[in-house]
Amino acid sequence: MDLENQKRVKELSEKYGPENMVVLLGAAEAEAAGLAAETVTNGDPTFAGPLTGVQLGLKVYHICEEAVKSEVPADLYEDQVGMMEMVLDVDAIAEEMSSIREQYCKY
Amino acid sequence: MNSVIKGAGYILSHAPDMVLHNGTTQTTEKVVNPNSEYLVELPKHLRSYEQTLNYMPNQVYIGNMTPDELAQHAQPWYNQDAPVKERYGKFGEIMPQDEFYLLMQVSDVFDLVELEKDFVADVKPRLAADPIITESIMARVKDGVSEEEVQHWVNEEGAEPLYNNNKLIGCVKRAHDVDVNLSAHVLLEDLACKAGSVLALLYCVKNSGINPADVEYVIDCAEEACGDMNQRGGGNFAKAAAEIAGLTGATGEDVRGFCAAPTHAMITAASLVKAGTYKNVIVTAGGCTAKLGMNGKDHVKKDMPILEDMMGGFAVLVSENDGVNPEINLDILGRHTVGTGSSPQAVISSLVADPLERNGLKITDIDKYSPEMQNPDITKPAGAGDVPLANYKMIGALAVKKGELEKKELAAFPEKHGLTGWAPTQGHIPSGVPYIGFAREDILSGKIKNAMIIGKGSLFLGRMTNLFDGVSFVIQANTGAEDNSGVSEDEVKSLIAKAMKDFAMTLMGEEEGK
Amino acid sequence: MSLLNGSKVIIIGDRDGIPGPAIEECAKAAGAEVVFSSTECFV
Repeated sequence: MDLENQKRVKELSEKYGPENMVVLLGAAEAEAAGLAAETVTNGDPTFAGPLTGVQLGLKVYHICEEAVKSEVPADLYEDQVGMMEMVLDVDAIAEEMSSIREQYCKY
Repeated sequence: MNSVIKGAGYILSHAPDMVLHNGTTQTTEKVVNPNSEYLVELPKHLRSYEQTLNYMPNQVYIGNMTPDELAQHAQPWYNQDAPVKERYGKFGEIMPQDEFYLLMQVSDVFDLVELEKDFVADVKPRLAADPIITESIMARVKDGVSEEEVQHWVNEEGAEPLYNNNKLIGCVKRAHDVDVNLSAHVLLEDLACKAGSVLALLYCVKNSGINPADVEYVIDCAEEACGDMNQRGGGNFAKAAAEIAGLTGATGEDVRGFCAAPTHAMITAASLVKAGTYKNVIVTAGGCTAKLGMNGKDHVKKDMPILEDMMGGFAVLVSENDGVNPEINLDILGRHTVGTGSSPQAVISSLVADPLERNGLKITDIDKYSPEMQNPDITKPAGAGDVPLANYKMIGALAVKKGELEKKELAAFPEKHGLTGWAPTQGHIPSGVPYIGFAREDILSGKIKNAMIIGKGSLFLGRMTNLFDGVSFVIQANTGAEDNSGVSEDEVKSLIAKAMKDFAMTLMGEEEGK
Repeated sequence: MSLLNGSKVIIIGDRDGIPGPAIEECAKAAGAEVVFSSTECFV
């Protein structure tokens, strides 16, 4: 994850309390989604950014996951994300995301 | 009358040492994690020059293979032999790093590039043997300086070192002691970008057969900015590169817009020619040192070669209609506007479906789409997916939504209307334009009747807006130069008389209105 | 319990997936407060 984005995630978690945060991702592939999710839960796996070794354990979801989709008005979701559901491998992304949450999510 | 695509040049230069020393993924890693395993492992994954020749996507870029031929080979491609391993192709060439350093020195007019004299003596005859390199270019090669002098500039004066095979062979000096915009770091990026553009311009001129002095305007659409602290992005790369390439009749300008810039620049060029402002306009860009090895961590982790070791460059000549070459149709223009929104379907609708619909065309009426032609060998292991394929899936999905394509035909849409990506991930370099050279040939040969070029840009990276951007245009077979010679003298007189009468009436109307 | 309604949301979109502003529209409509939204680019 971009270093500046890591910095913002860290600062905002400190400001609002990690238990109140939800991180939403839009990654194009399961692996990239997993890496970003790992970064905001278990720390930056590439050891490059401010979240290196920082285990925030934040709630993190991909926008294409059912848990998120079910809370968004259907027509708006269709307009904003609908087409990408046809393009992305939604099942692989969802599987990767729940695996990361099971391992590292604290909330 | 629509303008035409008269010819194009596409070049690559190998830059393995620049991956290590100038790619931002590596320079950032050196700051935040200097002892990282990645930095230790990375050099083992660099390719030799011969390996970059023996790589199919590179051979496609310079025109020795077609995108269709590339698509016949299963991915990944980095572990396969290429059927051609040539330095030169019909669009351009793949230049070795050492010769490219010399070309950077040639492109420097301010004594900023200092190369070691034995290095110059070794490389100079090989650059001179390149058929595209003119005598006037070789006349700009300096003899070089001593090793001690290079070390002095690097160690005492803040110069950026240039390495070849890990050996210090020269440097780029700073042009000001205080101004960060004229720092050695910025000037190295700018000179590398300029040199790539120079080489592409030379090929474009040769391939299109135009007299260099007849090029009236050059538009640079790279992603660097040159200027000093009082005008940071002052420009003008276009005219600077035109000078070295010997385009004595040209002025020019820089058009910026992240990866969308080449398509913006093509539309600008086509408009200038269609309006009659200029007869011959070249759109060009050199490559980007910063993006070298951008996804290197993923490539090393997956035990792959560093595939982002190539700098790109291209140039396309847009000329007045000759009745033969493919035309740029400015009636079918896609535009992502401020109000479009950023959802992927809104973006694709604005760039593809809307302009076609405005012209009574369907998505399936376009034979080939050229969106972002990034090489999937590079992007897939880095978690960015197959970018061109994702674009084709989106365009196809939109066609299904609009009832222009049966859902069962969706799976075949990417192969039928798409291309397999082959361009290096150099931002603007893969964006839409890599196909223009092939599109010109495919339309001339009758293989396809039209193609849509789509450029998209991540404006949000500049932190001035959260907006995305994009534009598109269509290239089509020549409709035959319209015959303007048939207007008789009487008709001209009557047209002038009518215009003057209308003008007089307008004036009278204005008087009455007061 | 609702995931998004009343939550502070950080958005990391992707240029070649779903960009930040599109996710932002969804999060706001679900009753979340978006405290940061960004889009990454790997190409």
